[in-house]
Amino acid sequence: MKGILKKIAQINFGLMSPEDIRKMSVTKIVTPDTYDEDGYPIEAGLMDPRLGVIDPGLKCRSCGSKGGDCQGHFGHISIARPVIHVGFADTIHKILRSTCKECARVLLTEAEIIDYKDRIKNMIKNEESITGIIKEVYTAARREKCPHCDEEQEDIKIDKPVSIVEGNYKLTPSEVRERLEKIPEEDHLLLGVNPKVAKPEWMVLTVLPVPPVTVRPSITLETGERSEDDLTHKLVDILRINQRLKENMEAGAPQLIVEDLWELLQYHVTTYFDNEASGVPPARHRSGRPLKTLAQRLKGKEGRFRSNLSGKRVNFSARTVISPDPNISINEVGVPEMIAKEVTVPIYVTPWNIEEMKKFINNGPKVHPGANYVERPDGRKVRVYPETKDAIIEKLEPGFRVERHLIDGDIVLFNRQPSLHRMSMMAHEVKVLPYKTFRLNLCVCPPYNADFDGDEMNMHVFQTEESRAEAKSLMRVQEHILSPRFGGPIIGGIHDHISGAYLLTREGSIFEEDEVFQILKHAKMDLPKPKGKPWTGKEIFSLLLPEDMNMVYRAEICGKCDECLKQECKNDAYVVIEDGQLKSGVIDDKAFGSFAGKILDSVVKEYGTDKAREFLDSATKLAISGIMKKGFTTSTDDEEIPQEAKERIEELLSKAEARVEILIEAYENEELEALPGRSLEETLEMKIMQVLGEARDKSGEIAEKYFDINKNHAVVMALTGARGSMLNLTQIAACVGQQSVRGGRIDRGYNERTLPHFKKGELGAKARGFVHSSYKTGLDPLEFFFHAMGGREGLVDTAIRTAQSGYMQRRLVNALQDLSVKPDGTVRDNRGVIIQTMYGEDKVDPAKSDYGKVADIDRVIEEIRIKSGK
Amino acid sequence: MADIKSIDKILKKKKADFPESLIEKIAEASERHDLNAGELEELIDRIKKAYERATVEDGEAVGTVAAQSVGEPGTQMTMRTFHYAGVAELNVTLGLPRLIEIVDARKKISTPTMAIYFDEDYFETRFKKEDIQPEAEKERFKEEFVRKTANMIGKSSMNDILKNFNLNYADMNIVVELDEEKIIDKRLDRDDIIKRIEKAFKRVQIDNNMLSFEPSTSSKDETKIPIRELRLLADKVRDLQISGVKNIGKVVISKEGLEWVIHTEGSNLGSVLKMEGIDKVRTTTNDIHEIEKILGIEAARNAIIREAQNTMEEQGLTVDVRHIMLVADMMTADGSVKSIGRHGISGEKASVLARASFEETGKHLLRASIRGEIDHLTGIIENIIIGQPIPLGTGSVGVIMNRR
Repeated sequence: MKGILKKIAQINFGLMSPEDIRKMSVTKIVTPDTYDEDGYPIEAGLMDPRLGVIDPGLKCRSCGSKGGDCQGHFGHISIARPVIHVGFADTIHKILRSTCKECARVLLTEAEIIDYKDRIKNMIKNEESITGIIKEVYTAARREKCPHCDEEQEDIKIDKPVSIVEGNYKLTPSEVRERLEKIPEEDHLLLGVNPKVAKPEWMVLTVLPVPPVTVRPSITLETGERSEDDLTHKLVDILRINQRLKENMEAGAPQLIVEDLWELLQYHVTTYFDNEASGVPPARHRSGRPLKTLAQRLKGKEGRFRSNLSGKRVNFSARTVISPDPNISINEVGVPEMIAKEVTVPIYVTPWNIEEMKKFINNGPKVHPGANYVERPDGRKVRVYPETKDAIIEKLEPGFRVERHLIDGDIVLFNRQPSLHRMSMMAHEVKVLPYKTFRLNLCVCPPYNADFDGDEMNMHVFQTEESRAEAKSLMRVQEHILSPRFGGPIIGGIHDHISGAYLLTREGSIFEEDEVFQILKHAKMDLPKPKGKPWTGKEIFSLLLPEDMNMVYRAEICGKCDECLKQECKNDAYVVIEDGQLKSGVIDDKAFGSFAGKILDSVVKEYGTDKAREFLDSATKLAISGIMKKGFTTSTDDEEIPQEAKERIEELLSKAEARVEILIEAYENEELEALPGRSLEETLEMKIMQVLGEARDKSGEIAEKYFDINKNHAVVMALTGARGSMLNLTQIAACVGQQSVRGGRIDRGYNERTLPHFKKGELGAKARGFVHSSYKTGLDPLEFFFHAMGGREGLVDTAIRTAQSGYMQRRLVNALQDLSVKPDGTVRDNRGVIIQTMYGEDKVDPAKSDYGKVADIDRVIEEIRIKSGK
Repeated sequence: MADIKSIDKILKKKKADFPESLIEKIAEASERHDLNAGELEELIDRIKKAYERATVEDGEAVGTVAAQSVGEPGTQMTMRTFHYAGVAELNVTLGLPRLIEIVDARKKISTPTMAIYFDEDYFETRFKKEDIQPEAEKERFKEEFVRKTANMIGKSSMNDILKNFNLNYADMNIVVELDEEKIIDKRLDRDDIIKRIEKAFKRVQIDNNMLSFEPSTSSKDETKIPIRELRLLADKVRDLQISGVKNIGKVVISKEGLEWVIHTEGSNLGSVLKMEGIDKVRTTTNDIHEIEKILGIEAARNAIIREAQNTMEEQGLTVDVRHIMLVADMMTADGSVKSIGRHGISGEKASVLARASFEETGKHLLRASIRGEIDHLTGIIENIIIGQPIPLGTGSVGVIMNRR
């Protein structure tokens, strides 16, 4: 196996001198062209063969290695007249402004020079950023008179992007370069130029490096036409103008023409480096598309840094649509056979597995548990074909490496974008299944934030033993049941798991013994001894609970009564578990739901992750068996309320609308009293909103009275926390309520009114987007329009929010990624700077804590007392 | 019996090292449950086990986890500005925009606000000094004092105390009448108001409550239209601030439980803390830079934690404090409040590659070249760039050979 043999210790940055550039160059480039008529590269042209080869068949004229191995070699262009490097124009300007035009010293007194130099040297020694102090020097050195030679200084301005103007005279790059040359070396450091690696005059170019062809490969289109890279185009421009400038200079052309050409050369060199520099029109391709030059290649999300260096493409990965499978464990992922045959696991052949490996090779690449490649100890890789497999099997011996197909039990990494937290990438065990989608257990939907409306996910196969071992102990799904965000479970039952468990465990849910065994068998649970009499659902669920579990809590369906009746609760919301027996209360979202499950939480924390996985797998299966036995269906009938209730709601709403009218009248008669610190208009709006809000709630309450959890499955879902809310139901049955835009009633659209159906200035409930109808009765056209307005705002809001929070998270991660806990318990960054002297002030890892606490002390005390029998 | 000292003794015996907050919690719980010595020891044994299990591991990437834990719920937050919980009269930025504002460490926040509390001890001394006995009397005194303070803090303009306002085009002057009642109702000092008026307007005649203003004499100036001048003056007169603390606009007095609290729009912690009867411990603002300036960096750190935590909780999201603490500590580590982003922490990283890969790629690379910067490749992103294992978690462990 290849280990890391060398480690890069550091990277030094510096500027290249003209000599360096010439030394590095393999050829001088003169001809502004690429290929001749016969399609051969022109000598001393931009595709000079000495610059390296791309075609695998050819040999490089400079280094002799084959195409693909040769990284290419730089050439150079001698520029007829110096030009300024755009990236350094600002720095050059600041340096010129800080130095004397006559003696070229920094415009600081001797004392200041010594002081600043000491400070800068100190900071460099301490590896601090010198940006701040250099800025100080630049401001301090803006003197009108040179302290060294008493010369009056003229104001130097920069005319974007690269023109430097002194007084009214525009300095030519040659003059700029001369001035920079004159600056004595001892002053360089003060100006932010490190004399060890750079000289100020190198910021004005006299020779331009030409990147190798490997950096700017030309592509041959289907038509046989060659298409050159943007950089090559730019270099052609530079060469052409350079050539003309040279010819004109030699011919003694008028100053004006030379200067024009010089300016043009400067433009081409500028855009060659940065085609988005402010103040210059971007150079364009023939089609009008701006060229992508050097700076554009590096910059931004699609640039080299973020796209190729911080993120890399990988092999052994797969992507497909996901779909649910309640029969596999949360730790597993169903992998389509097609994928299993494509991505492979490298296995070293040993005397103990050689027979097995032979079987894989014998199956070949097309039969499932097969093998695709065999790598010999000398590194040669051979593909397994049905024709060659026998020969390979014969030669196979320990030390070979077989790339075999994925099989059940292999560990892989599974991921869904956006990867917002670490639970977005977890390790699963492979289960090879037919068909073409990835299958996952429903409990792992919340951490991935996945659903099955067409979501796709990625899978990566580990290639080394170390990575597999690490993934198995740190990244498996069961290790991530608890979220580090708040120390509670993030993986848990959803939707039908919850309603199923509720139906199973609610009061009066009794099963004949044969039914019980059917349910248990379907849930793949161990069968208990027959009792010979009917079972309650609570007894069935108790089979899952650890025998020594004790806990008391209120279920999700708890009505939050003023006085809790505890065990006598009519909703059966008071959950009591004694010695692993569910004595009272129903199982719902609070028990084993994601984000809330108390029983699940306690199982993870006290019995470990293996137990928790088992519990979750069986509990969800049991709930599904339960729901299948009981039957579960919902329709609009569930939101049906009697005529009498409808009338009451109607009456209530018209009363509220009348109250709104009264408020408006009071406002118009100026009888309305303003709330402190609010204008009359605001007060009116607030009061109307309040009245209408109350009306919606009251109408909901009326409807709710007819919603019986024992007869109505929609209510079961809403109350147990499985899906939907009571508000959703009352909006369907009773009244949708006020629509809002920008946090208030709708007040936009036409001049002084929302729609032309109303009078100008009308403020009534209906005119400002109160939806009086229910979804079931249907909205009238005006209501529908207002509802669409509110709905649209919601959509826009979501779109903006994802962008904003994504950027915030990128910044947060970037700022904090280097922090880690050191062996001394401190938190430090990569420089060793202490950020916290003790992590979180108590060294507790939230992911391993009990909702942020070390332990629930009261519960521990209770346990101690129970144990001692008090 | 279980005071902190005795717990310390047991801990020493058991060679356990608990953080202070945990010891306090144990002491408090043992008090509440009235534990005997044996039970306490058993409790500490169990807590010790739990603590050992819950301790962070060395090399843990706590920074990344914190960033994810704060950032991930961002997708679930609302964008809108809602009314402040409790006080309906004030609008305060909440949700994602507020969270972004906090991590950005904005100098100018969109809705600065203060919560001003009163010092009970101050009231007690006042009661003694002025010999106020009956409870009702005390309450009345308190309310009176709170209202007075509120009026001193909140902004009042001339417009709030006028009975009559007359634009007299014939005489080219403005005649106004002060409303004595309103002044008393607002608990303002009349002389003070007059002084302020005299200071602001040169050409003003004061006759008891009747004030008459005239535009400045330069109205002979041809370019100025007299009537427009008069109207401008009228606006100026109306808007003249006659009381209030700088930068504070509206105030709202509310009673939270048994206590009076003033909420303000705008913030000026320095001036408010100097006022009499204010609880200097609990009175606070949501402007982190102001807290840094007035109370120092530690207070600013706590303010970041509190503000971020409140923003999350208000949206019904739970995030462990430790994550928010780490963000706050990172922002304040060098003694000043720095933002999360290119102008703050990310822009000041030691590594060129780390800075270049975040934002402003070109700038950082060019600068590094003339400075001759050296990248020691100790960070995460640098090692990813060059394709080496990262120095975090499992990767932070090395092997050293013991050469004999």
